[in-house]
Parts: sequence; structure tokens; C-alpha cells
Amino acid sequence: MPDTNSNSAAAMGPRTSIPQASIPPISLRRRVADHVMTGISVLTVLLVLVPLFAIFAYLVYKGIGSINIAFLTQTPKPVGEPGGGMANAIVGSMVILGIASLLGVPLGIGAGIFLSEYGRNRYGDIVRFVSDVLNGVPSIVIGIVAYGLVVMRQKHFSALAGGVALAIMMIPTIARTTEQMLLLVPQAIREAAYGIGVSRWRTTLSITLRTATSGVITGVMLAFARVAGETAPLLFTAFGNQYWNWKTDQPTAALSLQIFTYAISPFDEWHRQAWAGALVLIVLIVAAVAAVRIAVRHGTLAGA
Amino acid sequence: MSNQALPRPRFNAPEPEREQKAALKVETSTKPLLQGKVSEIPDAVFGWAMRLCGLAVVALLGLIVYQLVVGSQLSWHAFGWKFFWQSDWNPVSDQYGALPFIYGTIVSSLLALIIAVPLSLGVAVFITEMCPTGLRGILSFTTELLAAIPSVVYGLWAIFVLVPILRQYVQPFLAKTLGWTGLFSGPPYGIGMLAAGVILAIMIIPIISSITREVLTVVPQHQREAALALGATRWEMIRMGVLRNARAGIVGAIILGLGRALGETMAVTMVIGNRPEIAKSLFAPGYTMASVLANEFTEATGDLYLSALIEIGLALFFVTIVVNALARLMVWSVTRGQPSRSIA
Amino acid sequence: MGVGITVEHLNAFYGKTQALFDINITVLANHATALIGPSGCGKSTFIRCLNRMHETIPEARVEGEVRIGDLSVYNGTSATQLRRRVGMVFQKANPFPTMSIYDNVAAGLKLNGFRNRKQLDEVVHKSLHASALWDEVKDSLHKKSGASLSGGQQQRLCIARALAVQPEVLLMDEPCSALDPISTGKIEELIFQLKEQYTIVIVTHNMQQAARVAEFTGFFLLGKMIEFDKTEKIFTNPSDKRTEDYVTGRFG
Repeated sequence: MPDTNSNSAAAMGPRTSIPQASIPPISLRRRVADHVMTGISVLTVLLVLVPLFAIFAYLVYKGIGSINIAFLTQTPKPVGEPGGGMANAIVGSMVILGIASLLGVPLGIGAGIFLSEYGRNRYGDIVRFVSDVLNGVPSIVIGIVAYGLVVMRQKHFSALAGGVALAIMMIPTIARTTEQMLLLVPQAIREAAYGIGVSRWRTTLSITLRTATSGVITGVMLAFARVAGETAPLLFTAFGNQYWNWKTDQPTAALSLQIFTYAISPFDEWHRQAWAGALVLIVLIVAAVAAVRIAVRHGTLAGA
Repeated sequence: MSNQALPRPRFNAPEPEREQKAALKVETSTKPLLQGKVSEIPDAVFGWAMRLCGLAVVALLGLIVYQLVVGSQLSWHAFGWKFFWQSDWNPVSDQYGALPFIYGTIVSSLLALIIAVPLSLGVAVFITEMCPTGLRGILSFTTELLAAIPSVVYGLWAIFVLVPILRQYVQPFLAKTLGWTGLFSGPPYGIGMLAAGVILAIMIIPIISSITREVLTVVPQHQREAALALGATRWEMIRMGVLRNARAGIVGAIILGLGRALGETMAVTMVIGNRPEIAKSLFAPGYTMASVLANEFTEATGDLYLSALIEIGLALFFVTIVVNALARLMVWSVTRGQPSRSIA
Repeated sequence: MGVGITVEHLNAFYGKTQALFDINITVLANHATALIGPSGCGKSTFIRCLNRMHETIPEARVEGEVRIGDLSVYNGTSATQLRRRVGMVFQKANPFPTMSIYDNVAAGLKLNGFRNRKQLDEVVHKSLHASALWDEVKDSLHKKSGASLSGGQQQRLCIARALAVQPEVLLMDEPCSALDPISTGKIEELIFQLKEQYTIVIVTHNMQQAARVAEFTGFFLLGKMIEFDKTEKIFTNPSDKRTEDYVTGRFG
């Protein structure tokens, strides 16, 4: 019968040879290294957060004072005169973004539907790869392409050219997120629709796409927010304009372009307005995204 | 012979109430509601329309390549490969060499990487491995907020906040301490390669850190546990169990950041000084491929001038595609194609 | 009234693998027919061949002839049109998550262009009655989504949705396998009532269920139909030894 009172190590016999007391504690050097690295990590986080807060702080601090009714409703005044605003740039941006969305969103969603419903094969893989490649093309290069496609043909700058450039940038993002959201819809839902005799195209649009709506819209808004702040592709497509422009065959003002022009100018008055414009730009982007989120949420049912 | 294991099923289920039966048949008339032949045409049309959309994406890439190649033909015929290692950029005499821009792009991007990589890795490691769970969401959200700021706003802030700081504090300090290297000599304008590198670094931190975070998250938990079970401190566990496993993916993330830096235009244009010269000092102004396009494209008077610029655009396009493709391959090899968040 | 189903020399393939071997069956109108057999024996594949649902899987192929009433399933009509005459209820209830209860039931009609509000109301009303769900949901038809119901209710909702299209045949692929006994009992009672007006084919894992609700039963094994006869005979005096082994629990 085993001796239950004795030390278990001894009861195991002479094989075990490491008494508890002689296992050394973790060396000081290693413990210090651990703490130092933790400290460094925290430091990096703080260092990264500093510019973020600095940028937002400066935007508000320098910009808020200059945003007034005049700023939002007037066009730029000639150099040297105080006052004036960016009304034409705000509206111009909306027009350009509107054109870009009209062109880019349907094509992007269509490509996404293709990838998810018709593209689980080699052809789909090619489109997927090309889409990812397109995502990495610098926006200024896209500007060159739009210049060749539209501006050179029409012999003038226009909002359309700017819209085309931005649409090209939106399409890959929208296509990939739409694909991912559609793939999340369970096959059982599609089968339920097929089972009651709904045709494939109807199922894809009214059932599959419908189920994935909020995700798809989020993807569209992501793409929208990304291109809303773009300047480079507009430099030689929309080109910018100091005046109101309601024609599609003229250069058009855009908020991001205006900020750029003012920022690199030598005039303090314009610098002030550049800050205001930047603040308005960020606010508009955030507001647009938030508005769409709210609208989507309103359309869902209890328990859905 | 039948086995007695199962009880015999009964076949005389009770008859349902007679009255209920009448209500069961769903009929509103003698004819079924859905009538008529179902045409197969709409399905076919829809299918082809969607395939066309997919094709459009590929066509877009083709269009881009076509425009760039055709546009740069003039310059290519005039200069050939020499275009890429001549440094004479002179619109007046129609002599174009792209070396200063290539140099500027490489130097500013490398500088940005040197600054951004340690910071991004630190942030990624902190958020994934060290951060209390409550903070995790807020921190990742705020670092992604950095990615949402438009380039021109970064440039604006850089001109009026970053550059003065560099001019008044950082550059004199660097000149005093590290001036002997030759990298920090010359008058401290503030504007120049250093400013471009710093603002680029801030802009690529979000993408490097978010991909790194994805890559770190994919490392299986048992790797961490194995390291801890051997008695490792937390930092040692991270180094041995996590970073080592995610190496390829981290390199991929860094290269993706590089790809982003190479193509970045506005913020760099606003602070780099826009002088097509090759200088050793980081205080000197410079010029990148993207910047020269931004500044001179609309001023290009003359077909050769425009063609030279488009050739620079082609080179930029080609380089960023290769870099990005390489990066994605490396990231994919670690995450194995698991669904990733879309990279804005 | 329901119609009969005739299956002749049906062979089904997934790519190179053959899943069904020369199935021959006649399903009588207005009766419930059960298909039993161990997992993977092909009974789900078979039932999905009846309304061409197997076509949703790439590389699926069928040879042979299936007739629903006088309509040839593979040569006489498009799949979409066929599925309006042959309804299906799936193993796991799959109501449309973004639609209300009303819209779920009316989906088959609305998505095919049917707009008359009064008639839609009537159809929804009758379908929910027929699937014994009306009393439980009549107050929240438009307010609650289909996905907010319990498992058993969801399945009855799916039955109502299938009935709303006025099919003649109802195919049920293990409809109760994910449900608790009480919900299962309700649905079995439903089947018992429905078969007066529809032809029902039900795949089931549960032999007692087959015995409870079906007049005819077919036993499948490894893609072949081993025996097809009155339920009573299959369970008390099967002709084939393999059938007897299965129903007495020696395997499966």
C-alpha cells in the first residue's frame, strides 16, 4: 500500500532530480526587457495618436472661425480682397461626386454580383485579381487616364472628366465589398427563392442583394468617402474654377482642389479659407456617411 | 423473420375534424394565380449584363495601360531607356530625364518607411497582444481614422504646422547632432525631403498597422501558448511565438505601405519643394514622380513635354503595380486568403 | 387536387460520381409518400431531382425521365415554371430574413409580378391557415420579420410560403429534423391534413415519422431504390432483407 504521507517527489523514487528551490527566477535582464518593450509599444501608440489629434485640433481651431454664411454661399473673391467663400467648390464637388457615383456604383455593384453569383471560376479569379491591381494604381495616374479619355476628346476640362476619374477609383472597392457581402448570404436563402419558382435574376436582385443591402451600402459609402477627398485625379480633369459653373463643358471647382490652390498660395487670407475648406470637407464626408447609415437602419424590421 | 426490437407502428391515425379540411386548399378561383409561360430571356440577359460588368473591370485596366503606353510613345522614341537615368529636366530645351524624380520618390518613400515601420509595428503589437480588450476597439478605430483623412488635408497641416516645427526645432537639432553624416546639412528651410518623408510616414502608418494586425491575429493561439508554456516573458512570447510566424505577412504589410507611399501625391507635392535636383542632404528640396505630374501636367506646352510626363506616369504605374502585387502575395501566404477587410 | 409523379430510369451524377442508379417510382396523387434510408443514400438527391433543385449545384447532371402529372420535368418546361407547380420545404427553415411574415408568404407571388393587394391578402390568409400558423401571427403580419419566429413557426411559415404559390406537389426534405418534438408533432399533423389536397413526398430519417404520416414508403440504399410499397408492408413484412435490416434497426 503506497505511503500517502511522504513527499510525492520522494515517493516517485530517485528519478526526479530537480528540487523546487533551485529553478532560477526569470533573470532581471529578461524582465527589464519585457517591461521596456511594453513601454516602447505604448509610446508608439501615443506617438501615432499625436498627429491624429493635432490634425483634427488644428482643423477645428483654424477653420471654425472662418466658416460663416459668406463662406458657404459666396464664390472666391479676387486676390487681395478679403472675404469670399467656397460655395462653388462645395457644389462642384457634389456634382463631380454625383457623376462619379452614377457611373461607378452600378458598375461596381454589377461587377460584385458577377464575382459572387457568376464568377466562382477562373474568369472570376481574373476579374478579382485585376480589381485588386486597380485598387493600387496611384490616383494621379488615373487622372492621366481620364485626361486622355475625356478631356482630350472634348478639348476642355469638365466635371464629367473628374467624375470619370473618381468612378474608376470607386469601382474596384465597391466590387470587392459587394462580392464579400453577397457571399455572406447563405445559399439556403437563394434556394428558398428558387424553390417557390422565382427566376434567377429576380432572386439575385430581390432576395440575395436585398439581404446583403446594408453591407453593400457600407461598401459603397467606404468607396465614396475615399474618393470624396481626392485631389490628384481632379487636377487635370475638373481643373478647378473660381466662378460658378453650371455647364458640363467647362472646368469645375471642387473643394479639395480649392484647398490645394489656396494652401500653396502666398496669401494669408487664402490660407485661412483653406483651413475652413478642409474642415467643411471632413464634416461633409462624415455627414454623408452617417446619413446613409441612418437611412439604412430605418428600413429594417424588428428582429431582422 | 421480423425482429421485435421496434414497436409496431400504428396506421390508424385519428381523422381530423371534417370542417377544417375545407379551409386547407389555398384557392381563390378555379384557375391558379400564376399563369403564363416563364420566359428564359430575362435570366439570360441579366447574366450577360453582370458578366459585362466584370469584363468592364478588366477593360478598365487595359484602358489604363493603353492610354499610358500610347501617350508616352513620343518620349520613348526620343530618349529610350536613357530617360530613366538622365537628370536633366529642361522643358525649355525639350530635354527630359527622369532621374531626379525617381530619386526623390525612392528617398522620400524609404525615409517614410524608416519612420513608419517601427511605429506601425509597435501599434499593431500593442493592439493585438498587449491591449486590454476594452481599449482595443477605440484604438483600432482611431488609427483607421488616420486613413480616412484626405491627402490634401495632410498637406495643409504639413505646410502650416509640421514644416515650421521642422524648421525651428527638429532640423537645427539634427544638424547639430547628426550633421557630420552629410544627411542633415544645408539651410533648414523646413520644406524639403525630410518634411515629405515625415508626412508620408504619418500617412502610411494606418495601412501598415492594420494589415499587420490582421496578420498577427491569424497566428494560431497555440503558438502563443507554446511559448508561454516554456516560460517566456510576454515580450519573448510575442517575439518567438507571434512575430516570427507572421514574418512574411509583416513584410507584405510593409511593402504595401511602400506601394502607398510611392503613389502619394498631394501631401508630398505641398512640402517637398518641387526642385528637380539630386542632393544628399535631407534638408534639400526634391521632387517625386507623382509631384512633377501634379505640378506640370497642365502646364505642359508641347507634345514631347506631355509625353515625357506621361512616361513618368507609366513608370509610376508599373512600379506600384509590381510592388503591390508582391505585397499581396506575401500577405496572402500568411492569411491564406481568409476574408480581409477591404483596404481603402 | 394534386397530381401523380412518375420517375423512369433516373440516374443522377455529381461530376463523375454517380449518386442515383436507375430509380423507377410512381407516386400516387393525393397521398403522402415517404423516402427513408441511412445518411448519404441519395434520398435528398432524389427529391431535389424532382423539382430540378439539384441544378443549383455545378456539375450536377441527370439522365432519365420525370413526369409530374402530364408535364415532363426535364423536357417540357423551364425550371422556374416547374417550381411553381412543385413546392419545396427544406431541412432547415429558411424564411427571408429581411421580409415581414406577410411578405415572406406572399414572396412567391409578389416576386413574379402579382400585385393585386386584395388577392394577396386572401392568399396569405389562406396559406397561413393551411399551415396552422395563422392564429399565432395574425397580429404581427407586417411588423415582425420572418426570422424572428421560433424554429417550428419558421418551418410552418416556409410551408405557408410554399403553399401560397398553389403547387400541386409538395416536396419535404427532412422538414422536422431540426425541430423539437412538439413542433414536429404539429407539422406531422399538418402533413396528414395537407395530403388530401396535395401530393406529398417527404424524405425522413425518422422511420416512425414515415409510419405516422405516409401511405407509401420507399427505401433507399447507396443510391438505389431497394423497395417501394405500402408503408404497412415495408415496416411489418418487407420483401428485401436489406429493408428488413434497416427498419428493424440492424444498421443505419
